Parts: sequence; structure tokens; C-alpha cells
Amino acid sequence: MIGLLPKSWSPLSRRRLASFRRNRRGFCSLWLFLLMLLVTLPAEFIANDKPLLVHFRGRWYVPALRAYPETAFGGDFETEADYQDSLFMDDIIKAGGGRVLWAPLPWSYDTVDAGSDEPAPARPGARHWLGTDDQGRDVLARVIYGFRLSVLFGFALTAVSAVVGVLMGLWQGYSGGWVDLLVQRFMELWGSMPTLYMLIIMSSFVTPTALSLLGLLLLFSWMGLVYVVRAETLRTRNLEYVRAARALGLSGPRIALRHVLPNAMVATLTFLPFNLAASLTTLTSLDFLGLGLPPGSPSLGEMLQQGKANLHAPWLGLTAFLVLAVTFTLVVFIGEAVRDAFDPRRGLGRAEATR
Amino acid sequence: MAGQPGDTTVPLLDIRDLSVDFAQDGRLTHAVKGASLQVMAGETVGLVGESGSGKSVTALSVLQLLRGTARHAGGQVLLRGRHGEGSLDLVSAPESLLQRIRGGRIAMVFQEPMTSLNPLHTVEKQIGETLRLHRGMTGGAVRTRVLDLLERVGLRDAASRLQAYPHELSGGQRQRVMIAMALANEPELLIADEPTTALDVTVQAQILQLVRRLQAELGMAMLWITHDLEIIRQLAARVYVMEQGEVVENGPCTRIFSAPRHPYTVRLLSATPEPRLPRSLEAAEEVVRVEAVQVHFPIRKGLFRRVVGRVRAVDGISFRVRRGETVGLVGESGSGKSTVANALLRLIPRSAALLAGRVLYGGTDVTGYDQGQMRPLRRQAQVVFQDPYGSLSPRLSVGAIVGEGLQVHHRDLPAAEREAMVVAALRTVELDPETRHRYPHEFSGGQRQRIALARALVLKPRFLVLDEPTSALDRTVQKDVLKLLLDLQGRERLAYLLISHDLRVIRALCDHVLVMQAGKVVEEGPAEQVFGTPREPYTKALMAAAFEMKAVTDGTVRV
Repeated sequence: MIGLLPKSWSPLSRRRLASFRRNRRGFCSLWLFLLMLLVTLPAEFIANDKPLLVHFRGRWYVPALRAYPETAFGGDFETEADYQDSLFMDDIIKAGGGRVLWAPLPWSYDTVDAGSDEPAPARPGARHWLGTDDQGRDVLARVIYGFRLSVLFGFALTAVSAVVGVLMGLWQGYSGGWVDLLVQRFMELWGSMPTLYMLIIMSSFVTPTALSLLGLLLLFSWMGLVYVVRAETLRTRNLEYVRAARALGLSGPRIALRHVLPNAMVATLTFLPFNLAASLTTLTSLDFLGLGLPPGSPSLGEMLQQGKANLHAPWLGLTAFLVLAVTFTLVVFIGEAVRDAFDPRRGLGRAEATR
Repeated sequence: MAGQPGDTTVPLLDIRDLSVDFAQDGRLTHAVKGASLQVMAGETVGLVGESGSGKSVTALSVLQLLRGTARHAGGQVLLRGRHGEGSLDLVSAPESLLQRIRGGRIAMVFQEPMTSLNPLHTVEKQIGETLRLHRGMTGGAVRTRVLDLLERVGLRDAASRLQAYPHELSGGQRQRVMIAMALANEPELLIADEPTTALDVTVQAQILQLVRRLQAELGMAMLWITHDLEIIRQLAARVYVMEQGEVVENGPCTRIFSAPRHPYTVRLLSATPEPRLPRSLEAAEEVVRVEAVQVHFPIRKGLFRRVVGRVRAVDGISFRVRRGETVGLVGESGSGKSTVANALLRLIPRSAALLAGRVLYGGTDVTGYDQGQMRPLRRQAQVVFQDPYGSLSPRLSVGAIVGEGLQVHHRDLPAAEREAMVVAALRTVELDPETRHRYPHEFSGGQRQRIALARALVLKPRFLVLDEPTSALDRTVQKDVLKLLLDLQGRERLAYLLISHDLRVIRALCDHVLVMQAGKVVEEGPAEQVFGTPREPYTKALMAAAFEMKAVTDGTVRV
């Protein structure tokens, strides 16, 4: 799509980028957010109860990514090797001349710490830096995996609903007439459906996976951008250069994509960060209610719920709250900076008063 | 000539060495550089210049309306004191004092009456506002005074217009309301910033006549800003010519018009286009023909959107254009001339309007063609629109804009060859092909219009519709663009349909002219006949208004 990734930036885009850069708060928030995402993306390599690398009898194994049976290490059973079993590790691997590289954090999001002295939920200490939750799972590991899952889920939800919404808005605005009317009525009907009840009903049929949850939320979230894009399309449709393109003989869809879409994208881009925040909120609140991701998934909302249920273990609620607060704050700062960068009036107010 | 100097030697308004800067993206633009100007009491002074000359900024600086946006870089704006007081420097005056002066001693009228009037306030409320503010009038006294003012500015049925909203009035009526607002408190100085540029030529003549009368009655001074020297010749005693922020020449009108000294003034005065010499085109083949075309837009009312009437935008027009010929469509706003162009280019969707009659491209009847059938034929007929700023997409480079048509019609050609065609088209319109990687906003209005022309020409059409191609351009730039169009026509034997409200432009390019009013053709014929010996009263009124600024009040033209 030409409007999204131009081969060479137009001066207008360059000025917007410069304006975004000037907003220190938003710019730093963007870098911080990306840093957090980058750090948590390889979560399997940061917090895992399986080793990252094993060098055994001259061959390399990556247990963090693949499941190897015990027999691969000279064990007796065909089941997956249990790297937590210290006997197994000492006898078979170390005795057999193997070297093991562990992740910095030896817990995954679903590792129940059987060897801990304290009862779950355990306080933050040397063993578990942020403590454990009420099932004995390490909180920091859950935070890392949970942040990644929430943000990626939010990205996916925002991106796909943006694409669907923009295309629908374009089609609706450009066609006008009956198409416009029918789609509007359809959206009114569809938008008044109670999402929460649909989720409850669905979760009684089938245990939801992350993908099915994404699908269900997508069914209703695409409508957010349609109105804005439709309005922009209706406005741009009458601009002179659209008329000129029609006079040149360009077909309708071609004009819509090449001339109308870039203008609509301006409004869309300013909404996207806030849509991302909204998607994260949706996911978190669903998890809080227990209607979101399947139980056992690392989820910040679920940690909030645990925090509510375990007030004597304040580290649960506080951790979840802080992570969520920081994430939302960063996203909102980024969103504000993007919105101000796209604001056409801001560039002119730089002069001092005539006095 | 109106506007003789007042009887005191201290000027009413004395602008001394004014400099105004704008800062944007870290760059400083010097909009006004050391401009000096004087207006004596009761005198009319003209301020002439093209776009970018700084004349509007100078005018806005008098009332300090640019505080917060522009930087005052130097100079003074002195307003003569009243009752023996000393002169007041408006630049350093506090806001409270300025508010008393604005609308009180100095009033201003702007160019666009539609955007200068509040669309949500009635006429009475808007004019009444300034009365309440400056004179503390209330209630019935306001109403009486407003009625009096409206009658003074010649608004017909003033009493019934009191509760009208701006969008219910015509352009001329709105401008009269604006003038009434400006005159409400009998200012000593009226600053008029291109108040007639957006109006039809006949309405313009009426407004000028009104302003002359009012000035004689009230004895106020006027500073009239315009790019049109003809208006200044009719109105002002002295004129200042500005170029690029500086006053390059000033003096009495009689001297400036007969013996201009500065080369820019000379250029400005010689920018009036010359009429085209009549020539013979009998042997040329026909390129486009329009037969009895009607375009009616339905008016739909009610719950079921039933058609209750029709707006007859075009009510039966027939003409043909031959190779190498220019046919002109003249008319004021609302006459239907642009609709004719849209109908000719088949840009009006069938769902929007009822179309009757026939349109033929070189003998082929294209009346019933849908968009798909039209597409291959679009190569033959292209269009250049009025607004050079809106007709080019701001996100595409110039090369991409010019080459867009090639992507549709010559998709099978290799990219290098298409690029070569773009380069050739840019050379034809006298633009440097190396600039094709730049974006439209880096070019001036005249250059952008050339880009639009290149976009139309790259497809090698036989027929070009020019819809007000130079209306948004300065006179000097217009001259160059018209010359280019004439040269092109001579070389390529292009057929032009020129649509304009500017009769001088029509006279400069056209062989055959049709005069339209309210959708109908009032008069048509060879250009020298329509311009030299017009038959119909409407045509005569148009010519009088355009060339002599004479207003016709016998009802032929609307008020």
C-alpha cells in the first residue's frame, strides 16, 4: 500500500517524523516500549525451566525450543527429559560429559516450584525475585511471558481490525449510496451485540485458545475505525485531484487506494496507539474475569485477579498493576506524540508574538 | 476620480518602515521589508501586488491582527490622534486600546464573505454585535440602525433579510452585509482586502459603485488592496505597488498608469492579455461535438426521497470544437459552464443527474458509454482544473503525478519509456525535468498549473478542457501560461474548450464564444463579434462590467 511505506519519504512525512522526534516524552516512550518488547520477545531464552543449550556427546541440543526424549540423553524412558530432576541431570548429563547452559531465570511461566521452602504465594526473595503466585509459579517469569503475550495479542488485534476497518470504511465511503446505507445499518446492529455475553457463551462451548479469542474479539473490534475512515473518504472523494484522477481514466478501486487511502491513513495512524491501549485493556479485563485466555496462560489480568484474591500477598497485585500502568502510560504517551505530529496546525505556532 | 486628499497635512494612517517576519520550521520568511505608506483623511489609496507581495500582511498589521502568528521586526504604524492628541503607534498599543479602534475608527472588509461571516448568526445579530460593542446600543435602537445600514448598502428587501443566515444570501449580498458591518460605526478608515475578487464580475461592478457612493457620503478614507489594477484605476487617487515585501513604486494613479517607472510596475501593467486575432479554421476536422445536452439534477424531498423538482444546471447547449480551435464558455457562477465540461468528459455519474442530448468524440457517439467503455477514450480528451493547489495530490512526486495516466493507458510500455514520456511532457510545458522528483508544494501556483498541464498532455490528447485554468494565478503568471497554451495549440493543433468567467482570458484565447446564463446559452458567435458587437442585453452588461467596471441596474443581472 503506497500510503503506508513510501519508497522515499515525502516532505510532509519527514516533517511529521521530525515533530514526533521533538516530543521527547513520546519519543523516549517509544524507545522504552520497544526495548521492553525486545527484551521480552525471546522470553523462552530468558526465563525457562529447560536449559537453553545442552552439549552432550558431541552434539548440540536446544531443549528450550524442542522437546527431546530421555533416551536422547541416554535415559530409560521415551518421555520428554525432565531437566528439573537433579538425579537425571547429574547422572546422565554431567556424568556423560555434557555441558548445560541455563536461562538467566530458571523458571518458566508454568513451573510450579516444588522445591521452595515457603508456601505459595511466596514472598519476593533470592530464589524468586518477585515472589510466586498462589500456585507457586514465579511472578517475574509470568510477567515476562505475560507482557509479551498481551502486547503481541494487542498488536494482532489492532492491526487486523485496522486493516479490516480501513478497507470497510474506504469501500463504504467511496461507493456511497446503498452500500453506505446498508453497511451503516449492519454496523449499528452488529455493534449493539454484547461482546461479553458472546464470550461467555463461547467459552461454555469450547475452551478458548489465544487464536479463537483473537478471532472472536476481531469480530467486533473492526468497527472502531470505519467511521473515521468513511468520513475522510467522503471528504477526500470530492477533492480536485481525485476528480483529476478520474478524468485520467483511473478505475474506482485504484483511485481509492492510491489517492484516498493515504489521506484516510492520517486519521487512522493517530488512532492506532489508543486502539492498542484499548485492545490491551480488553484482554486484561477478560482475563481478570476469567473469560479470556485459557487457565495456565501467563496473563497480567489473571495476576490482577490473584492479587485481588490474595491481599495478604501484595506483591502479586502490585506487580501486575505496575506493569500494566507502565505499559499503558508508555502507549498513551506515544499516542499523544503521534497525534500531535499529525496535527496540521502545530507547526505554525512556533513564532513569538508580534511585540 | 474619487478620493481626493483630506485637508490636514498629518496623514490619518502613517506606516513607516514596517517589517514583518514569519517563522516556520526554523526558517524565517520576511513577508514585509521596510514598507512605508500614507493614507490621508478622506482619501482612497490603492495597494497593489501579486501573491507573496506582502500586501495582505501589511493590511493585517495595521490592526495588529497577526499578533501571535507573525513577528514584528521593525517600523511603526501611526494613527493620527483625535481632538488634538498625538499620533498613536498601533504596534505597541495595548490590546484593550486596539479593540476600541478595531471596528471603531478603523474597519476592515475581507475577501471571502462566506468565511468572514459567522454561519450561525443572523445578519441582524452580526451587524448588531459591533454596534453593541462600540456604541453600547441596545434593543430597538440596534434594529433601526441595522435596517438603516442595510438600506444604505443597497440590500434589497432589507427588513426581510434581517433574520437571514449567511448561507441564504448570495455572494454579492454577503459582501454588502460585510460592508454594512464595517460602516456601522462610521470609521475614519476602511481597509478592504480584495473584497471583490471572489465575486462575479457584474456583482463586482455593483459593489465598486456602492463603495464609491458610500465614501463620498461618509468622507472616510479607504485603503484598497487588490491585484487588479483596473479596480485601482476606477477607485483610487494614489497607488502603492508592492513586490516581494517591498514597496517598489508609489504615486498618483494618473502618473503610474501613464508613465510607470519601476520594471515590475511595467510588467504588471502589460500583463493584460491581448485579444486573439481572428483566423480561419474551416478545413479542420471536428474533434468534439455536443448536441442539445441537458443536465438536470433532481431535488429529492421527503421520507422516500421522491423527486419533487429539477435543477436545470444545463438546459440545452450545442457546439462543436475543431482541431486547432478554441471554443470559450463564458458565464458567471451558477451558469452551468463547469457542468457542461463535466458532462462532456462524462464525469457526471448517471445516478446523480439526468442527461439528455448527445456527445460525440470525433464522430463516435459516447453518450451512453459507461466508465469502462469511456476509459480507452479518455486518452483523447483531458482536462486542466482551476485550483493548482488542490488538483495535484500532495503525496506524490511530480513525476508520479504526470506519469499516472501512463500507468493506466500504456501499461504495456516499459518503465523507462514511460519515464521518457514524462520527461518530454515536462519539457513541453517548459519545466525542468530534473525537478520531477520534488513534491508539488515546492512549486509556485503557475508551475503547478504547468504540471497539471503536463499531466494532461502526456497522454497526447486531441482535446483539452481548460476549466478556469488561470483564475487562481497572478496576472503576470497568467500571461505566461496563456502564451504557453497558445504555442501548444499552434504546434500540436489541439482543440480547446476554455471555461472562464474572466472575459479577458476568453478574448485572448478563443475563436468562438458561447455566453451562458442560468444553464442556457444567451448568445454565441465568433469572438470578435461577441466582444465587439454584443447583441443580447446580458452580454452587454457582462462586457460593461468586465471592461469598464460599469454596473447595470436595469434588472438584467441579479443583485
